[in-house]
Formats: sequence, C-alpha cells, structure tokens
Amino acid sequence: MSAIEQQGVALGGLEQAELPVARANRRRRPTVRSVALRLLGGVLVAALLVFMVGPLVWLSLRAFSGLWQFPRLLPSTWTVQWWRSVFDDKSLAHSIKLSFEFAPIVTVLSAAICLPAAYAFSRLKFPGRFALLVSLFATNAFPKIGLYVSMAGVFYSLHLMGTFMGVVFVQLIGTIVFMTWIPTAAFSAIPRSLEEAARDAGAGPLRVFFRITFPLAAPGILVAMILSFLAAFDEAQGTFLVGIPNYITMPTEMYTLVLNYPEQAAAVFSILLAIPSVVLMSLVRKHVMGGKLAEGFQIR
Amino acid sequence: MTTEARPAGLLIDRVSKDLGGRTIVSDMRLEVHAGELTCLLGPSGCGKTTTLRMVGGFLQPDAGAILIDGSDVSRLAPEKRPTAMVFQNYALWPHMTVFKNVSFGLRLRKLPKREIRERVEHVLELVGLTHHIHSYPARISGGEQQRVALARALVLEPKVLLLDEPLSNLDAKLRVRVREDIREIQQRIGITTVFVTHDQDEALSISDRIAVMSGGKVEQYADPRTLYREPATHFVASFVGAMNFYSGTLAGGAFRLGGGASVPVESLEGHRDGEYEIGVRPEDVSVSANGGPGADALVLREIPRGHYKELVLRVGEEEMRAFVAPDLVAADRLHVRFARALLYRDGLLQPSEKPVAVS
Repeated sequence: MSAIEQQGVALGGLEQAELPVARANRRRRPTVRSVALRLLGGVLVAALLVFMVGPLVWLSLRAFSGLWQFPRLLPSTWTVQWWRSVFDDKSLAHSIKLSFEFAPIVTVLSAAICLPAAYAFSRLKFPGRFALLVSLFATNAFPKIGLYVSMAGVFYSLHLMGTFMGVVFVQLIGTIVFMTWIPTAAFSAIPRSLEEAARDAGAGPLRVFFRITFPLAAPGILVAMILSFLAAFDEAQGTFLVGIPNYITMPTEMYTLVLNYPEQAAAVFSILLAIPSVVLMSLVRKHVMGGKLAEGFQIR
Repeated sequence: MTTEARPAGLLIDRVSKDLGGRTIVSDMRLEVHAGELTCLLGPSGCGKTTTLRMVGGFLQPDAGAILIDGSDVSRLAPEKRPTAMVFQNYALWPHMTVFKNVSFGLRLRKLPKREIRERVEHVLELVGLTHHIHSYPARISGGEQQRVALARALVLEPKVLLLDEPLSNLDAKLRVRVREDIREIQQRIGITTVFVTHDQDEALSISDRIAVMSGGKVEQYADPRTLYREPATHFVASFVGAMNFYSGTLAGGAFRLGGGASVPVESLEGHRDGEYEIGVRPEDVSVSANGGPGADALVLREIPRGHYKELVLRVGEEEMRAFVAPDLVAADRLHVRFARALLYRDGLLQPSEKPVAVS
C-alpha cells in the first residue's frame, strides 16, 4: 500500500472513532451561545464578501452605466460607449499592446536569470547562500518608489531612461523574488536520489536536469512564471518613472485615465487590466491544486 | 595487462573517505567474487552506505581504488560505471510510468524500440510486474515500487548490483518475502551484488558472505555460518545474534563469573586457564531442573517465542538469557552449563591452541 493510501486509512479510522461524539453534539438543543456564534460567523463572511466583491460589482456596473444618480441602486441608462471610446482611443490601444509585449519579455528574461540561480540555491552549498536568498527580499522591504528614484539616477547615467530596455529592467526587479524563491522550493522538494538514479542509469548531468529535474519542478516554475508575468503586467510606478513619455503601459495609462476621462472609462480600463490576472490565476489554481504536484512528492 | 591478473568481480582496495571532517571509511579492503552476494552489515554511521555510494560513483574515494572486473573505476562518473543501484527510497521518477522508468537507461542508449520493449517486458516478468507496465509509481504498492526499482537496475545488465537498504521501507512480512525474491533473482542471473543493511537477520538469510562494519572498517568478512558460530571480535559477536557476555576467569573447565558463580563449560579444552571475556549464545546455555553439574540459576522471567522459549536467569550477580524448548516446565531454580562458548581478550576471539572437535 502506498504512503498516501495508508494516510487515508489512518484518517478514515480517526473520523470513525470521532463519529459518536459528533452525533451526541448534534442531538443537543442549540444553545443561545451557539446560535449567536453562528450568526456572528455569517455576518463576518458577508462583510468580507461585500468588502472584496463589492468594488468589483460596482466597477462592472460603472463600466456599462450611462446616467447614474446618487440615491438609485442601479444606473438609469445602460451603454457600451465607454468601451467603444477606450478601444477607439489610439493611445489606449497602444498601451494595451505595449503591456502585452513587456510582460512576456520580462517573464522570459527573469526565468533565464533566476532559474539557474534557484537551482544553485537549492542544490549547492556556498558561503553566503542564506544571506543572498534573504537579500532578494530587500526590493520588497523598502517603499518601491524610493528604490525606483534611486534607480532612475543610475539609469540616467546609463542612458536607459525612456528606453525599452530601461522599462524591462525596472519591471524585472519586481519579479526576481517570485522567480527565485518558488523554483528554489520546487527544486529542493525533488529528492536528490531521483537525480542520482538517472545518473546511475547513464544520463549526464545536463540530461538529468532536462529529463528529471525540470519536469518535476515544472509546476512550481509555472506558478513562478505566472506570478512574475502578473507582477510585470501590473507594475506602474517604476514603468511610469522610467518609461514616460515613450512607453506608457496599461497600468501607467490608468493615471492619465483617472485624471482626464470620465470615471466610466477608467472602470472599463481596470476591467481590461484585471482579465489577464483572472485568467492566469485560474490556470495556476488548476495546475497547482490539481494534486499532481503533491502526489509526485508522496513517493518516499 | 595480462588477462590472468584480472580478478572478476568487485574489489574495494584500501579505500578511505572523509566527510565533513570525520573519517567515515578508513583503509577498507573488500573483495566480492563474481556472482556473489555480499552484505555490508553494521549500525548506522558505520560507513556501509558511504562505501556503497563510492562503488556507485556518487562519492569519490579520498584514497584507494575501486576495481570492477580488474579495471579501476574510481574516477568514473556514475553514468560511466558498470554498476546499477537500488536506492533506499526507490527513487522512481513519479512523472514516468513503470515502462518509462525501466526503459529510461535503454532509451538513453538509443536501442531499437523493439529491443527496448522486449528487454523491459523480460525484466518485469522476472520481478513479476508485467501487469503494472503502464502504471505510475504513485499508484502501486511499496513492495511493487521496490521491485520496479530492482527491474530498473537489472535491465541495464550491470556488472555489479548495488542495493542500499532496499527493504527498510517495507513492513515486516513483506520484507521477508521480498528479500527472498531478491536472493532468488540474484542467483538466477548470477549477478555480483552488494547489499547494505543494518538488519542482521536479513544479512544472515540471503548472503554468500557478510562484511560486518564498524567505525569505517570491516570487522569480519565471512560466510553467515562462520560469522554466527565464530564471531572474530566482541563487536561482531554482540551485533550478530544475541550473546551473553561476562568477564571472569576460566579455571578447570569452568568459568567463574562476577559474584562467584562458577559455570561448567563443555567445549573449551584448547584454552589456557586465565582471565577472559566469555561469549555464550542463548541457545548454548543448557539448563536442567534436576541437579546434575551446573551453577545455580534463578528464573526471573519467561518469554514465550513460539517455537522456543526465552528464559531470563540470574546466575550469581549476572543476568543470563537462555533459549530452551517451549514445553520445558521451568522451576524457580535451575542448573546451567555452557554447551559451547567463545573466549575473547581485548575484544578479539582467542583461538584454541589445539584443534577441538565441536560436537
């Protein structure tokens, strides 16, 4: 019997042992206290839902609303003119295109830089390993804008301000933590003996990496790539500072939209901005929660 | 090089290895004949796994050489060695089916598809797993995973098969069955095998020869019977099987224990009287209820063991264990003799000075 099945059996036994107790509880009459607790729980969940979903609902209503005056719960007229105006506006369309250019490039570049580093962090012991790993968090430890302003100083002297590569570099900064930490954990979770067994069977180190290590770490790497893609896609401050006026991506365009357009256009735009996140996040969920990853590592 | 000088099999020639500033294996020499199954037996940390990993190529020896069929492989990477290893945790690749796992090495060697299929099917038949050829490792039981690992090692037809505590993750019943399977397969294909274990029972039941290791050295290298009947050192004697040990004096065919009790010994004619450590297997402690020659013993406990009974006795000030017939009705007081005993001095077995016929 495999380890998973054994666990399952053990857990099953536990549930059965506890069943009589649960039944006894159910039979008891609900007390004032338990009703109050249930009620409180319900209210908390509802509040959380309103807090999280409320703005999204409002946003989607706003994007289709014509006339919407204060006391009314729903807009009095509906329209798609805001969508049309966003898609017709040349600069807005251009920023969408630009965003979808930057994010993949940054993600691939980040993978090329960080994956070898992640492999080294997980498989090699070298002095300063832990310090280096923790220092990757430094970019998240300070207010981002401070970091970007000082980067801007360096970028000026390197003539990177307002250039394509400048924007790529500044977006890269925000992806490094994801791209290093998650794959490091993924590589570390692969028992070394799996690699040794492949060496034993006649595969050289490179072949071992591509046939064994990489496929096993792939779910973790995929998650890291998606999070990096989103980090690059949503990055606004640094891109604004380095990219203007030549490179205006979707998040930086938001600044202009909020100031220059009616609210409804901004609502349309933020829905567009949310689409990749929603799509990619649901992909992550499917691949990571699917249990394939966990199952693979159950073999002892 | 002349062909006559090439010994077949595996030779570990004066190999040493330090890891993390500690000497794990020191100046070890071991020869495994072709087709022989040798167990490396010892407690954890004795260097047995380190030795195996050096043979497999996962560690480089600091000194000495490892020879397979007479050629030095010490500096070769694992993928270049004619060895195949079965790992303690099996190390099956979870993203590949049983077929892909077993055929991995063959596919690397770019063999024709048909030959690969034939060889994989043949080896799976050998370990009795043909019906799981397309299963994923996570979907089969621990014992089956173990056999896939064995098949994966055997399919490459290595010169030396290495097994690193392959049974330690199986439950007790399965362990006995799988070890017999391994022995049977090993003998059928006649492969030179090194088997690492800390379980003396396992070692005694499947080995041609056993190397008992302690502190990075081989304490004794012998066949199971010799190892059990004539353990060369105090360590081997206490590690392999149960052994009663006492220090005392041999005088006039009896051994005087601490506390003054004197136990007659039947088979030590060849030894000079003097101070020794005496080792007696529990089955060599003869007990009798009705007088006869022997030291007085008090029965402290009886432990039924199925086909025999274990008695815990007190003789003088010493505790003694004896294996007796299960139907023996033990009185509170018994007489004990040693039917067979071994004498040690400074931890080493003292050979008798003239040959003695052991009954």
